[in-house]
Amino acid sequence: IFSKVSISLEDSESSSETDEDEQPVRRQEGSTDLSAEYWGIQKLAKYVKGGDPTATLIALCSMRDFNLSEETCQLAIKDTGCLEVLINLLDTEEIKCQTGSLKILKEISQNILIRHAIADLGGLEIMVKILNSPDTDLKCLAAETIANVARFKRARKTVRKHGGIKRLVELLESISVGSSYQAKDTETVRCAALALWSCSKSTKNKKAIRKAGGIPLLARWLKCSHANILIPIVGTLQECASEPSYRHAIRTEGMIENLVKNLSSEHEELQMHCASAIFKCAEDEEIRDLVRKHEGLQPLSALLDKSENKQLLAAVTGAIWKCAISRENVLKFQEYKTVETLVTLLTDQPEEVLVNVIGALGECCQEEENQGTIRRSGGIAPMVTLLTATNPALLVNVNKAVGGCAMEPENMAIIDSLDGVRLLWSLLKNPNPDVQASAAWALCPCVENAKNSGEMVRSFVGGLELIVNLLKSKDKEVLTSVCAAIANIAKDQENLAVMTDHGVVPLLSKLANTNNNKLRRHLAEAIAHCCMWGSNRVAFGEAKAVAPLARYLKSKDPLVHRATAQALYQLSEDPNNCVIMHENGVVKLLLAMVGSTDDTLQEAAAGCIANIRRLALATEKAKYG
Amino acid sequence: AMSRKGRKLLVDSLTRSAKHFTKSEVECLIKLFDTLVAKASSQFAGAGFDRTVFRDTLYNAFGMTDDVVLDRVFSTFDRDNTGCITVEEWVEGLAVLLRGTLEEKMKYCFAIYDLNGDGYISKEEMFQMLKHSLLIQPADEEPDEGVKDLVEIALKKMASTYLFVPFLLQDYDHDGKLSFTDFEKAVRDENLLLEAFGPCLPDIK
Repeated sequence: IFSKVSISLEDSESSSETDEDEQPVRRQEGSTDLSAEYWGIQKLAKYVKGGDPTATLIALCSMRDFNLSEETCQLAIKDTGCLEVLINLLDTEEIKCQTGSLKILKEISQNILIRHAIADLGGLEIMVKILNSPDTDLKCLAAETIANVARFKRARKTVRKHGGIKRLVELLESISVGSSYQAKDTETVRCAALALWSCSKSTKNKKAIRKAGGIPLLARWLKCSHANILIPIVGTLQECASEPSYRHAIRTEGMIENLVKNLSSEHEELQMHCASAIFKCAEDEEIRDLVRKHEGLQPLSALLDKSENKQLLAAVTGAIWKCAISRENVLKFQEYKTVETLVTLLTDQPEEVLVNVIGALGECCQEEENQGTIRRSGGIAPMVTLLTATNPALLVNVNKAVGGCAMEPENMAIIDSLDGVRLLWSLLKNPNPDVQASAAWALCPCVENAKNSGEMVRSFVGGLELIVNLLKSKDKEVLTSVCAAIANIAKDQENLAVMTDHGVVPLLSKLANTNNNKLRRHLAEAIAHCCMWGSNRVAFGEAKAVAPLARYLKSKDPLVHRATAQALYQLSEDPNNCVIMHENGVVKLLLAMVGSTDDTLQEAAAGCIANIRRLALATEKAKYG
Repeated sequence: AMSRKGRKLLVDSLTRSAKHFTKSEVECLIKLFDTLVAKASSQFAGAGFDRTVFRDTLYNAFGMTDDVVLDRVFSTFDRDNTGCITVEEWVEGLAVLLRGTLEEKMKYCFAIYDLNGDGYISKEEMFQMLKHSLLIQPADEEPDEGVKDLVEIALKKMASTYLFVPFLLQDYDHDGKLSFTDFEKAVRDENLLLEAFGPCLPDIK
């Protein structure tokens, strides 16, 4: 309703909700007539300002007869100066007046302008002080109001700076989670949890909660059975789960068990927050294992049926996606036919759901059987359609999924017939480097498995030039993936010739000075394959690629050794390269690898050494006749 | 002076009737009562103490200063209207004051505010109680206008005989008054209105 300046999500915010840090702009009023509510509230404000506590209370109670959830009333309170009066009342020691004032503030702070105004007027500091009041009702009201106001960053910071986080955590401790507690005590916990939930959206507050000893308390309350307490508690946990220290605690304090248990709650909101928490935590392998061990995968899969509640669906699909990173979990999901259900969710779903569904399918492809299941469930076509999306996060996941599916030849045929490879190739032009990289990765199996792969690649106008030019990118992942793709493309002689014309040799050589093992590996593979055309071997030598390659042999990564040995073997067909290799101590390093159990490495190493020795011998002979 | 047996019977009976005090608490209150009686004039021959002593005690114990209210509290305690507070009236009155349930307190407060005891809180009575509540009055307004207005607001909030109409439409029964039922409903709805017309319960701080 209010025209907001565009929201930028900084690193310090973890929530995906739109945040309201920009000063809200007021909507233009149609007429300048002040409403009836304005006059009524102004009159009452007069008595609040000018009356003793008795008169004040009568006026405050009367004010609540106005519809405080309506914007006209909320703004009337602000415009008449009544808001200042309400906040000044908070600063008195009159418990009844403070209570009466907070009851109003709690309602109207639902309004974004009012929230900002309350913070501007110093209301938050006073509310934090009230958290220390002996009166329970007052504490609860203060906490609930703080929960409402703290929906923007500056407010959250203020709460922290005045010791609010610490105090709220203390309130969680008020009683134990036994079965015999008063309703009033649980109300305190509920309100404090709501406030903490709002506040936890700021990174510094997440830390503050932890420092104040909040984590064991959150764990404790996670075991209770009141949905209205559980929701803010899980909400807070899910918000904080982006921090490794929280994830660690979630692991060690046994919270996964409770989160899984509450996936079966009858409250959809609670289910959603539990799934969301799992979504965020399952970045950790141990947590993925714990979810499986506590039998969480089945309820997650079952929740896919609740497809009307999109927020719930997004959280559940997200949790499934991340859990599927672990192969054992994928196997479990197969038992519940999760893949088939996910395929049905590839169409007619909002983007936030699609991103996760496709992410999940991409991970499931690590099991060969699922590659076939996706095809049989009719999943390939909708996936290829999604290659035309614009959302970068979605595209990255789609690329990965398509790449995963392309490993199966039957799938590859369908992808090709739907023009999928061309669509992937054009994503190499996408401005987002993550999209470029994921597209390049996906192209590897496509090029490898497509029928008439060489011809297909040639049919993309300007395609080879495009991909060779990506070797100029500054993004490591892009470079790595493009090298991998080029290694595959270069297996076709004609295409290799074209790429050579586009300068692939100098471009690859320029990248040789790197310490990144993943890049080294794929770069060496690309060089190895690109050697097989014309005078490329000589050209690599002239472009000074050989010496850096020699250094790769000193790395500890066996995959790097293998690729480098292959490259060096190919390069060693040229005598000048042999000289350089010899000068750089390659023989000694390769000798160590000749005894490797990796056949490819063994052969390449041996072959390279043989070439170098042959040249050395020939040189000796030439010298001494 | 009462015999020990007589005293014990008194303690037992008061503990039952007051409901909210333990036996030892009742004993303390009786001791206090005796002290107060000793301070008072011998007007009542030791049966009780009068208004002046009562008001002083409440002021010292609870900081209650409002004369009108203190008078009313006395009258509420003094159920048989003798002008003298007996030990029964003392203990049972304090039971409500200090530990009354919401129902008991509502009856108590209503009785305080019902100045003429006719079972209704009228506009005039409200005016009486609120007339010093407005500390700041705009210069151009008649001093009593604000109080009258406040009375209307209170009546509108609490009486069922009023229809809730938008503020600027002053269309209501000019003989408006608050019955106990009205008062009770309003207080149950919003506990803050228990002492709507002035503090008459001790501040538990």
